[in-house]
Amino acid sequence: MDFIYAVIPPQVLNQIFVGLSRTTILFIVSSGMSLILGVLRIPNVAHGSLYMIGAFMAFTVSKAFGGGTTGFWMALVLVPVAVAILSLIVERGLFQFLYEREHLMLLLLTFACSLVLGDLVKLIWGAEYKSVPVPHMFQGFVPLFGGIPFPLYNMFLLIVGPVVAIVLWLIVNKTKIGKIARAAAVDREMVGAVGINVSWVFAFVFVIGCLLAGLGGALVAPTVSVTLGMDHTLIMEAFLIVIIGGLGNIWGALLGALIFGLSQSLGILIWSQFGIVFPYLAVIIVLLFRPTGLLKSTW
Amino acid sequence: MKKDILGRKGRIAGILLLLFLFFLPFIAPRFYVYMASIILLTGLLATSLNFVLGYGGVFQFHHCVFYGAGAYGTALMITKGGVPLWISFIAGPVVAALLGLVMGIICVRLSKLYFGMLQISLGSLVWVIIYRWYSFTGGDDGIHGITMPDIISSYNNAYYFTLFVSLICLFIMYRMIKSPFGSALQGIRDNPIRSEMIGINVRRHQVMALTIAGFFAGVAGALFVVVDNTVFPDMLFWTLSLETVIMCLVGGWFTFLGPMLGTAIIIALRTFVSTYTVYWALVLGIIMVLVIFFLPTGVLGFIEEKLNKKMIEPVIEE
Repeated sequence: MDFIYAVIPPQVLNQIFVGLSRTTILFIVSSGMSLILGVLRIPNVAHGSLYMIGAFMAFTVSKAFGGGTTGFWMALVLVPVAVAILSLIVERGLFQFLYEREHLMLLLLTFACSLVLGDLVKLIWGAEYKSVPVPHMFQGFVPLFGGIPFPLYNMFLLIVGPVVAIVLWLIVNKTKIGKIARAAAVDREMVGAVGINVSWVFAFVFVIGCLLAGLGGALVAPTVSVTLGMDHTLIMEAFLIVIIGGLGNIWGALLGALIFGLSQSLGILIWSQFGIVFPYLAVIIVLLFRPTGLLKSTW
Repeated sequence: MKKDILGRKGRIAGILLLLFLFFLPFIAPRFYVYMASIILLTGLLATSLNFVLGYGGVFQFHHCVFYGAGAYGTALMITKGGVPLWISFIAGPVVAALLGLVMGIICVRLSKLYFGMLQISLGSLVWVIIYRWYSFTGGDDGIHGITMPDIISSYNNAYYFTLFVSLICLFIMYRMIKSPFGSALQGIRDNPIRSEMIGINVRRHQVMALTIAGFFAGVAGALFVVVDNTVFPDMLFWTLSLETVIMCLVGGWFTFLGPMLGTAIIIALRTFVSTYTVYWALVLGIIMVLVIFFLPTGVLGFIEEKLNKKMIEPVIEE
């Protein structure tokens, strides 16, 4: 280990791990967004609102179960389902009538949804900060590189990220509905012509994407203060990740989230005041050389 | 364009509206004068957005960057530049136009939605820098209490200044749209490939349009400094940009005065609703959904359709 420390100082290694746990959240949210963008061609601004709703719901669920470990696991199961149901209502009620319209209208419709959802959150949960307790089994720190304490919960996030990625890959590539969805992304009329109800395929993809947003919200809730406006910064980050990864490409979302999370956490080491600027700079550099993203987009 | 279609009645209505705007400070309380100033300058911002979005067909989603750049440019020149005050008012829009040029050159290689998303990301970079650079821009506090030249420091004079400048800017933009340049721009919107074939340099036209729109958005930002004497980073936040797009949509793009009308509707409604409830965003969202479903060409577009059924509808489609 001493050899590694000689090459990379322990603080840097620690920051890399911090960045990786941030990457997990970013990946989970932006992969859902990328899925919706790739198949339905909707730039879903309301995605951030669903993430915020997920975090607030996690607060309510975990409180209802006594705020302990049970509450946390229940939140992790119930919140994505609840968000998925909400998104299904929105999709069947609004979006399905507008698939033929221009992207601009769809973008504005999702923005309208995000305004409504944001105010509903204010109406239901109020404007105060909420905090979700870290479950008992993930409290505390593990001494990582050079004895620098690293939160146990972030270790848990590092395990969740790859699991979600693999499950998503299996759904998209190995199940029948995933294959139909990929076909619909390329040519929706043709898929309709062979007798598949494209409208419900779209609904399925939309719900899966939004479920991921809810899961991201539930996962992030114990690490941040849950507050109004947490959607606005996240949605921008998710947008950037989706762009640099390639629209609609899930592995691109993973790559983008890695670039974003790592440049942010390492940027703080370099220049703490402007640490937040580094991911944006990374995005610009990527886009200057590969304007359509690093990996192949589905468009 | 409204005047062309409505003919003589429209002209009379326009003159009456101008007279009303001119005499507003004599008949209305100060609050409404302030609101009218905000409507005028935000309307200028929305019109400059419509210049590229409605007429140019370029998906400039994050237009408020130039609004903020104009405002910050003016404010920083006044507070830190130490140059004559009037030069500051030119400097803000010029900064915005340069930013528009740079961002245009970077983004114009891409088309439609990719353009919009890259533009949003570049705009967010500008926002982050302004938001974080405490020593220079004041960070999230912004800059308050900016001193104005005496002649426009009172509310009424600031209003007249705003009215005067925004009318001039609207007139210039109207002439531009009616000029060969504007026709080429609309041609590019409707069919970029055919425009390329008949010898129009598509990208150069789009970059020029983006620069011009950036300039006028910068003028709107500088006017905001005149009216409000403050700047703050939320002026560059992407939610405001999308709200500006909403204003264009409500009033009606493809019409010249639509964005102005949409701005007036939205801001008047916001002022009205805010006296009753804090849930303005909820109301706006519901209005948005209704407009998208039932009034996709906006209020003025709807009126024009009723008046002139023969009009060929322009399409923005991939």
